[in-house]
Amino acid sequence: MTNSILARRFAIAVAIVALVVLPYAIKEVYYVNIASQILLYAIFALGLNILVGYAGLVSLGHAGLFGVAAYVVAYLLTAGHGHALAIVAALTASLLATAGFAALSLRATGITFIMITLALGEIVWGLAYRWISLTNGDNGITVASRPAPFGIALSGARPFYVATLIVFLLAVAASSIFVRSPFGAALCGTRDQPRRMNALGYHVWLIRFWACMSSGFLSAVAGVLFVYYNQFISPQALALTASAEGLLMVISGGAGTLLGPVVGAALVVIVKNVVSAYVERWNFMLGAIFVAIVVFMPEGLVPGAARLVRSFWQATGRRKSVAPVTAERRQ
Amino acid sequence: MTFWLLLTVNSVTFGGLLFLLSAGFSLIFGLMRIPNLTHGSMFMLGAYFGTTLLSGVLGVRFGFWVAAVICALEVALLGALMERLLLRRLAGQQLAQVLVTLGVSFMVADLCLMGWGGDPISVATPPGLSGFIRAGAAVFPLYRLAVIVIAAVFALALWLMLERTRLGAMIRAGVDDPQMARVVGIRVSRLFTIVFALGAGLAGFAGLIGGPILSVYPGIDQDMLPLALVVVILGGTGSLLGSFVGSIVIGFIYNFGQALLPELAYFILFLPMVLVLVLRPQGLFGGQIL
Repeated sequence: MTNSILARRFAIAVAIVALVVLPYAIKEVYYVNIASQILLYAIFALGLNILVGYAGLVSLGHAGLFGVAAYVVAYLLTAGHGHALAIVAALTASLLATAGFAALSLRATGITFIMITLALGEIVWGLAYRWISLTNGDNGITVASRPAPFGIALSGARPFYVATLIVFLLAVAASSIFVRSPFGAALCGTRDQPRRMNALGYHVWLIRFWACMSSGFLSAVAGVLFVYYNQFISPQALALTASAEGLLMVISGGAGTLLGPVVGAALVVIVKNVVSAYVERWNFMLGAIFVAIVVFMPEGLVPGAARLVRSFWQATGRRKSVAPVTAERRQ
Repeated sequence: MTFWLLLTVNSVTFGGLLFLLSAGFSLIFGLMRIPNLTHGSMFMLGAYFGTTLLSGVLGVRFGFWVAAVICALEVALLGALMERLLLRRLAGQQLAQVLVTLGVSFMVADLCLMGWGGDPISVATPPGLSGFIRAGAAVFPLYRLAVIVIAAVFALALWLMLERTRLGAMIRAGVDDPQMARVVGIRVSRLFTIVFALGAGLAGFAGLIGGPILSVYPGIDQDMLPLALVVVILGGTGSLLGSFVGSIVIGFIYNFGQALLPELAYFILFLPMVLVLVLRPQGLFGGQIL
């Protein structure tokens, strides 16, 4: 067993080194930017995965939380405040919004939870779109500069990539600690057997609430990175399509796994950029991929691939059927 | 005074349109236990099909009402196909079904953009209804009054169908307790197809009927779907009476909000939903189908 742990640590170290070296190995800035995009969306997907994968609560309003953070940064910077204040205020505002989302949507689970989060996400979108005096409506807000933590300017593509990578690694580490913690175990318990967890004395609602908050926090972090990456925010980033893209990342990669959302984010960002270079029909592709994955590979790419590898190694053993992780069969 | 009166008529008209849209949504939800996220797309498809029929297909120009019936049937057929070919494969997996309807809604939106372009298409008011009615100082557009009548007729017809026919009794049984309904010999899965087609057809019909008021544009699906969601959360899922009352309430809030607080209209729209969720999570008429 120690061998496999060593191999695992070695693989993680190799992956980190590869990610750090990546921007200096690639010549074109375009690809470095795509790598930054993948990392920031991976943070968003990791956040959503806490809800979808571990809490069994599918949210279709997460782009709203992402957007609140992005808009607060943009608004405060335009008003002339500093970066530190803008970022702290953005995370705080987004957490408050998440608490509101959670208080309303956690009155239900399952399908009703999806509907409520969808409606709430649409409210935030509607505010961004219609409350023109605050958000500049469809024209969006431009952010003039990126921050320079410790005197290192992030205006170039490579420094920004490294900063995003650091935040990303922190998010992965936090998620992995979260999943293994007693709280993570309790959260999985509320997903699989809420009534038994209740009987065991766990406060199911409160556990779900804190899961929402953690998820909202990661989404907010991604939102801040997003607004600095694009130096622009418009209601487009909050639309239902954006929430659905996030969900597609989680589900295509494999909900309830640590690596899944990251792989899913890479898949979606790459397909989106490659496809949109050739055809305009990205939304059609998004829908088609969504349908195909749900129908043909409901467990997602990472568990699907893991299953293939396992069955390859135990070629003689019987194949176990893998149940979809986010099974929502109870109700 | 005239202003308020006109606003009221507009509110009831919009409420009537919302009822045509959300009655099917609510029935589908009640029976299949999933929110059909393609419902906005069905509305949009109906409207786009209608504009094509009105401008003429193969040299044949259709009248407004004939076109409305044809596009309702077309959209109902599409709904039935979708239920049979996609949702049926995922029977019992509600989450997967919801995600599939979401995916299909994106595909439909993009196909419509491809087929009909990005510019809004206005729909001419049907001849004979383009006039006005004068009542004192107030002037009411005839077409809006006609929409109210149509919605009322459909509400009555749906009520009669659910209350008095064999099919309606089977649907009520399916909404109440699908397993028990199966046990007594009702083919619930066939009901799924019928109700899905009916809901889709109603949405498609509403799309063209709403055309002269709202016109047709890309993104109208994403505008209408949340409204249907709010109506159903407000009125209670699976309840015809709920979607009727919810539609009228939302029609009023939407129009008065637009007129008085245009910047926050969208936000105000969702306030009653929040109130209902806090005070009565099952919706105003949750648990009673009629």
